[in-house]
Amino acid sequence: MAKVVAVTGNEACANALRQVNPDVCGIYPITPQTDMMQRYASFISDGKVDTEAILVESEHSSMSACIGASAAGGRVITATSSQGLALMWEMLHIASGDRLPIIMPVVNRALSAPLNIHGDHSDAMGARDTGWIQIWSENAQEAYDNTIQAFRVGEHMDIRLPVMVCLDGFIISHSIERMEYLEDAEVKNFVGEFKNLYPLLDLEKPKSYGPLILTDLYHEYKRAQHEVMLKVKDVVLDVAKDFEKMSGRKYGLFETYRLEDADIALVILNSAAGTSKDVIDEFRNKGIKAGLLKPRLFRPFPYEEVAEALKNTKAVCVLDRSDSFGGYGPLFMEISSALYQLKERPVLINKIYGLGGRDYLPSHAELVLNELHGIAQGGKINIIKEYIGVRE
Amino acid sequence: MAETTEIRWHGRGGQGTVTAAKVLADACLSGGRHVQAFPEYGPERAGAPLRAYNRVSSHELRMHCPVLNPDVVTVVDATLLDSINITEGAKDATIFIINTTKDPKEIRAKLGAAASQKVITVDATKIAIDCFGRAMPNSPMLGALCKATGLITLDHLLEDVRKSFGKKFSQKVIDGNLEATRRGYEEVKEG
Repeated sequence: MAKVVAVTGNEACANALRQVNPDVCGIYPITPQTDMMQRYASFISDGKVDTEAILVESEHSSMSACIGASAAGGRVITATSSQGLALMWEMLHIASGDRLPIIMPVVNRALSAPLNIHGDHSDAMGARDTGWIQIWSENAQEAYDNTIQAFRVGEHMDIRLPVMVCLDGFIISHSIERMEYLEDAEVKNFVGEFKNLYPLLDLEKPKSYGPLILTDLYHEYKRAQHEVMLKVKDVVLDVAKDFEKMSGRKYGLFETYRLEDADIALVILNSAAGTSKDVIDEFRNKGIKAGLLKPRLFRPFPYEEVAEALKNTKAVCVLDRSDSFGGYGPLFMEISSALYQLKERPVLINKIYGLGGRDYLPSHAELVLNELHGIAQGGKINIIKEYIGVRE
Repeated sequence: MAETTEIRWHGRGGQGTVTAAKVLADACLSGGRHVQAFPEYGPERAGAPLRAYNRVSSHELRMHCPVLNPDVVTVVDATLLDSINITEGAKDATIFIINTTKDPKEIRAKLGAAASQKVITVDATKIAIDCFGRAMPNSPMLGALCKATGLITLDHLLEDVRKSFGKKFSQKVIDGNLEATRRGYEEVKEG
């Protein structure tokens, strides 16, 4: 029986990790993630889990410790945010290149400078090309559900890749919301026993991780990483199917909301998607066919499926909570790439919103939907990329 | 009350305002309702003005932004009435619940509240000092909010106060807070 609770996103993720009970956890505090690992450290101290905590002096060391523990043959977790993820950057590539299924909630936060502790997606977008699977979450329930599913995806014998589960800093990590916990036994059964692959601690069969590979085979090694990423979508869907059987909650590569017959659509990640859905209902009530697409699996990105879902719309706005300065927003670039392959495609615009925790309000969604409605009626695009919710 | 009730709390750091919003969310879970509780995070300093929010609904809550048009405004520290506009974004039928020694009619005039808006006062700081010897007005404010909105029964709220405070405090402090919650409920004045 599911247990209904009112908890923060951090608490929800900490409990998902407790229910999985991994072997090793690298711990280093950073706002707004701190509270998640603090709770997990309490679970360790209280004997609720058998996890060995490795307290380190930086996130670079945390990820290094996780890499060692994972290569040794353990089920390994950590969590971070912002500067912490940035500091891990070098080691993120090593975790994925060595095919180590480390699971890491990332509580999304802005990057310095200027210093800011609030929610935006700059941290995880900066880790886009590190070879990690990325799964994004709208609310505490999704962050919890995705954390549990991440183990099955990353540890799948055909995949063996590290996974980031992204949730919005403060907006989700520190807000209390109603959600449902699964039973401990259900989660344990769902994720199953950890199966290691080429563990270093199997001393009978010595092996080496991360050797020097020069021009002879490095290129082939990287192609293998690309090819394993191509298998991830199917595994994500299979795991989601099993998860739905257990929980009743349905997940896909992305979520569509009132998109089937929509003329105009928003593409938006995480918590702001929820706020947008309420505004889309208002536009539907006014007779305007508005819809929404919320990516869930961002790496690998499901280009064909996204294009298929958006192909009948007339105008689409991609809202980015991070920026590639001098370029378009990172989510916009993906959606553009997805739609370019279509013969006929919607008009596409890009808005940058909510950096450093700036509130994303219903009025912002209204503004964008009104602009899209105008474009769909034959209006012109004024500007492809612009900031919204800006103080002038 | 409407399908969704949105509450804005105004307090100062160290008065237990955020805890009150959390206790309320937990208490409102009953009956399959959806809840949210979240503070506005800024530099966390004792005495600095802060806001916290609740949403309570029979529907799934998808909105993830501050409450802009509150159904209920709860002011945990009356000195805030002189420094910030606590009526911002209020609706025609918004209920104001103010911790003050003053008469509700005087507060109504100060706020310039419309006839359709309710103004409720409670001397929550005095109740807190009487009941457990500290100027922590959050539990009597919860009692007052419970009475003013009918979102939950008093018994249910008391059970949740017991549960929440029970994790951190001694029996004496818990009993004091339960008594303070009950008195907050009973001692509201409308004007």
